[in-house]
Amino acid sequence: MTASQIIFYILSAFILGSGVIAVTTRKIFRSAIWLLFSLIGIAGLYFWMDMQFIAAVQIVVYVGGIVVLIIFSIFLTQKSGSEMKKPPASRKGFSIAAVLIGFALIWQLISQHDFKQTSTTAIDVNVANIGSQLLSTTEHGYILPFEVVSILLLAAMIGCIVIAMKKTETV
Amino acid sequence: MNEIPLTHILFVSTALFFIGMYGLFTRRNMITMLMSVELILNSVNINFVAFNKYLFPEKLDGVFFTIFIITIAAAEAAVAIAIIINLYRSHNSIDVEDAGEMKY
Repeated sequence: MTASQIIFYILSAFILGSGVIAVTTRKIFRSAIWLLFSLIGIAGLYFWMDMQFIAAVQIVVYVGGIVVLIIFSIFLTQKSGSEMKKPPASRKGFSIAAVLIGFALIWQLISQHDFKQTSTTAIDVNVANIGSQLLSTTEHGYILPFEVVSILLLAAMIGCIVIAMKKTETV
Repeated sequence: MNEIPLTHILFVSTALFFIGMYGLFTRRNMITMLMSVELILNSVNINFVAFNKYLFPEKLDGVFFTIFIITIAAAEAAVAIAIIINLYRSHNSIDVEDAGEMKY
């Protein structure tokens, strides 16, 4: 086993282990912290795949943004020290069965499919290439989805303000 | 990096997806359900990046899809938390079982 393989298996075990604890622990604050570790592990996986830009975006947006937002909303709405109710055993059993069956089905499909690499010429995934192709208007450019996403962000921002605003008495 | 076959990475992302599904099935608290959704979205991101890296190394489409998914996940989390806090104001609880006015 080479160092790269060992790093991959350690990262995977870290991601899956902290993911499992995040969905099973009964203290909600611990759940958020384990989710944070899982997301950091995924960023490490992107670094391992030589996608530095995606890894940086993952750390900035997920770890720095979404998890902090989740922790703030936990502090606003929950008693973070108390334990949550245990799910009933029937629901737990049904969930485990459904999840295992689904996983077996997908794994069956993946292991039988023969993945073929289409080309061997690799493009350099650096920020300059990503930026110029993301904003180009030629055949493989992504300028239209980029603009649509910017409108979506504006809509989400206005929506959040409207939802969270206190109702003022209208005359 | 090419010593690892693609199926091992797909194993990780599939397992992460179903861990998120398990959380979504068993939890009844809205914030923890939102966390499970984040895990599911992240497993999809791993898939996109891995397919881009292994099968289509001359293109960047997987990277763009990942960036768009991260953007939309951020917007979704912000709106969801605004809704959760508003629900807490009116119901004093963020359990999905307590918010059943529009059920039938």
